[in-house]
Amino acid sequence: MQRIPILELGESLFVTVQVDIDDQLAFALQDDLMTKIVATGAKGVLIDISSMEIVDSFLGRMLAGIASMSRILDAEVVVVGMRPVVAITLVELGLSLPGVRMALNVDRGIAMLDEALTAGGGLDDEYSRAE
Amino acid sequence: MTNTVAPNDGTTQGPRLYPILSDNDVVQFRHEVRAAAVAAGLRLIDQTKLVTAASELARNALEHGGGGLGEIGPPEAVGRRGVRVIVEDDGPGIADLDLALTDGFSRDNGMGMGLPGSRRLVDSFDLWSEQGVGTCVIVEKWAL
Repeated sequence: MQRIPILELGESLFVTVQVDIDDQLAFALQDDLMTKIVATGAKGVLIDISSMEIVDSFLGRMLAGIASMSRILDAEVVVVGMRPVVAITLVELGLSLPGVRMALNVDRGIAMLDEALTAGGGLDDEYSRAE
Repeated sequence: MTNTVAPNDGTTQGPRLYPILSDNDVVQFRHEVRAAAVAAGLRLIDQTKLVTAASELARNALEHGGGGLGEIGPPEAVGRRGVRVIVEDDGPGIADLDLALTDGFSRDNGMGMGLPGSRRLVDSFDLWSEQGVGTCVIVEKWAL
């Protein structure tokens, strides 16, 4: 079965979603990521979706699910690289992905995670309260 | 065959049918809609909106209709450039159409985005549904 590779980067995990993923692959990624968070004790997860040409409500819910599950396992998720047309379409569709932390690109995403890890707290208190 | 008149842009031949019986078919259908949108000259943003709407409709047919059929072709109006996507299923149908088109309504499990969201993403949206017979959604996205 096809799998999306999960790389270890210091205290964080790094995932690049390269393909137009179907449900099986999405669920496999969810499973693999949670297993890996527990196995490595990772505190941060960076998900690069710059290759994703669309995010529909299923994929949006999958990202939101991964963010919530990771948070329960004490790891923060930052989703990076969303294409402008995907962002516009998502919001028009009615999905604003509350609970999913976004950064414009990988550099900013890494900076965001670093900041959170060195501060020792969550990513953004105001943001956590909003949930 | 309902649409035998080729549009004058020469990019599309006629409607093509795609079964939607698995989540893989939804992915495949997305690719086909994207190819048709590119061929019809839709801008990237409009391609993305149409493909996303088609993905929602195909997933609705799969999850609520027990599988369905997708059709991709030229817009109904002769000479108009763009893409028409039809997704139909012979599932249980929708009891309350107005409610199904209201944001936040969910037929079972958080699919509330599907219909009202898809409607916002396209230029033309027609919904037909009869309980016990099935559901058919016809959407169009037009090139400027």
